[in-house]
Amino acid sequence: MDLSFGPEYEGFRSEVVTFLASNADKAPKGNDLRGQQAKDWQKLLIEHGYTCRTIPKEFGGYGAEPDIIKTRIIAEEFSKARVNAGLGGQGISMLVPTLLEMGTQEQKEQFIRPTIMGDMIWCQGYSEPGAGSDLAALSTAAVLDGDEWVINGQKIWTSTAQIADWIFCLVRSEPDAPKHKGISFLLFDMKTPGIEVRPLVDMTGHANFNETFFTDVRVPKHQIVGERGQGWQVANAILGHERETLAPANTAQTRINALIELMKNETADGARLIDNPVYRDRLMKIQGKVMAMRFNELRVLSARLNAGQDPGLSRMITKLEGTELRHDLEGLAIDVMGEIGLAYEDNPHLRGGGSWQRDYMYFLGLIIGGGTSQIQKNIISERGLGMPREPKFEKAS
Amino acid sequence: MQFGLSEEQILLLDNVNRFLDDNSPLDRVRAYADGGDDADIWAGLTELGVPALLIPEAQGGIGLNPLDAAIVAESLGAHITPSPFLGTAVMAPTALVASGGKYDDLLAEIAAGTHRVGIAFSEAIKRRNDAQVEARDGRLFGKSLFAFDADADSYLVADQKQHLYLVAADDPGLTRTHLTTVDKTRRTVELTYDNAAAQSVSTDVRVFESVLDIGRVAIAADTMGAAQNMLDQAVEYAKQREQFNRPIGSFQAVKHMCAEMAAQLEPCRSMVWFAGHALAELPEEARVTACHTKAHLAEVAQFVAKTATEVHGGMGFTDLVGLHYWFKRCGANRQWLGAPEFVRQEAAVLQGLTD
Repeated sequence: MDLSFGPEYEGFRSEVVTFLASNADKAPKGNDLRGQQAKDWQKLLIEHGYTCRTIPKEFGGYGAEPDIIKTRIIAEEFSKARVNAGLGGQGISMLVPTLLEMGTQEQKEQFIRPTIMGDMIWCQGYSEPGAGSDLAALSTAAVLDGDEWVINGQKIWTSTAQIADWIFCLVRSEPDAPKHKGISFLLFDMKTPGIEVRPLVDMTGHANFNETFFTDVRVPKHQIVGERGQGWQVANAILGHERETLAPANTAQTRINALIELMKNETADGARLIDNPVYRDRLMKIQGKVMAMRFNELRVLSARLNAGQDPGLSRMITKLEGTELRHDLEGLAIDVMGEIGLAYEDNPHLRGGGSWQRDYMYFLGLIIGGGTSQIQKNIISERGLGMPREPKFEKAS
Repeated sequence: MQFGLSEEQILLLDNVNRFLDDNSPLDRVRAYADGGDDADIWAGLTELGVPALLIPEAQGGIGLNPLDAAIVAESLGAHITPSPFLGTAVMAPTALVASGGKYDDLLAEIAAGTHRVGIAFSEAIKRRNDAQVEARDGRLFGKSLFAFDADADSYLVADQKQHLYLVAADDPGLTRTHLTTVDKTRRTVELTYDNAAAQSVSTDVRVFESVLDIGRVAIAADTMGAAQNMLDQAVEYAKQREQFNRPIGSFQAVKHMCAEMAAQLEPCRSMVWFAGHALAELPEEARVTACHTKAHLAEVAQFVAKTATEVHGGMGFTDLVGLHYWFKRCGANRQWLGAPEFVRQEAAVLQGLTD
């Protein structure tokens, strides 16, 4: 058991801290993907290797060797200082790693630099109305006509589609192949004729997602990542990683500290809620769970650093446990506030900018999105515990 | 950075597991539950060095640390082994070592497996009804409920002030009355003190706290072992048992029960490791972590014990399968050294959140 990262890493940590101390005022405050300030900040972060750290220099990245500890130190210090950690979005988090792994040299040169610089915003076209948990059943059709794919169908949950420049999209290109072998991974411009984006308002009252419709959308044949019919492997090259990062424990830690502050400030009949044994016990229960998840995350990190260490099921359970925990945590904050917990939008009694209600609902969305809790349980029981798969149903004739 | 067990610790776990696989199977536990003793098991564990684990080398022990003790506790919990480990090998040595040389002879006897120390802490943690312990001029008065173990040679007793005393089991002022509980893998007694001779071990509350903390982490580790074993049994049973012409483990209803148990239990392992490590290395975090680990394991184990039994269907309810021994061990561990609600209250106080 050795929890220190060693002196050379502490040196790196102080570099990050120093950078933040003298540059944090340049960071954008909101989540505006398009603003010039966000792009300038992104450029500065890349120059220092605080984002896009391992993306090769020739494609606009910092070009460092992968170092999980440095990546973690950067995340920790930016989170501690509450400073924007650079541009996010599915282009940077999903497509760029996919291209680095499976893209051609031309694709890497064409797409990676503008994507990480914030000049090219992407959306992800995976889920469909008929293909949610059973994603491989997707039916958006791509038919080759000369040198172009002709695409027809519908995607759903396409976040940022309304502002995206391009889409990376899974389509059925081989209708006669088995379902996992008939999918291709295409890239195309969202200004192509035949694309319609309709905002999908969710329970938070905001359109965090869209429905995206394709009618005879024509896409040049070469805009494919991997081979025809290989799209499932291309998409899965990085899909598992997304799940692990949906509900990190250090964010849960930040939230429980905010909840403690809330309970010190809110009163009922003149008594602080933190002094109420019932609410306090609920708080302590959740704090214990957050603690367990923090240590679980240390184990995940350690198993990635030390080749011989068995991670057990520690990675497989993080999406399920992390998202459920956040939903419970945010829900407790609402209970603590009682009717005040219902305040939303322009209500003058709003606490924390409305974040408690928003995250309470948002994390219910995450319990469902990225592989539902029920799908996670299938994965844990089948791949983790070695339990038998559900028998396949014979198709009724 | 390495968060996990060292090679030596994995070896220690393997050694204890192998010994207990052979020497503490369910039939052997049943023999103890039916009134037998645990002498051979403790003799074997003594050969492996278990009672000497936490005693410094200078005092004739092995000088390992609390995480090592937690590893052994996990294995004992998994095998629901009857043994004086918690009191004799974990809590008493922690108290006696802290007294600075005064109890070296006793520590040598503990290390040799020839002296067992029981624990009577309930009244200093959360006193129930009329039970109380009072110390006057080196004599004890009052009574302790649910002291463990029943067959100890002496008892480490904490009074209301959280001062620690040692009382010989054969002291004329001490009466032991057997108290039956659901958990037949550990025997408990009521101790009545009527002018019992008591040697002072510590009047420093911090010593009491450190003994309590390590006891709680060891109980949490025992609970984790027991709960993990119940989950393993449930998964195995679900793979074998067939209904509707297929293994019940292929039904999502059953699979999801197992996945939920695994998902809740897996972080507990890291939590127990961290808690053990913190006792020796991270004093600022150690106490709160020990409280949360004890309470959280109690909650997870309650869920696992119920769910694993349900996966076994009617067989889980029978004595034939014997799953109930694990169920009851988890249930007993939940109450020993502080029920979860009280322990969480302590965690809140330790953080200065409330008075």
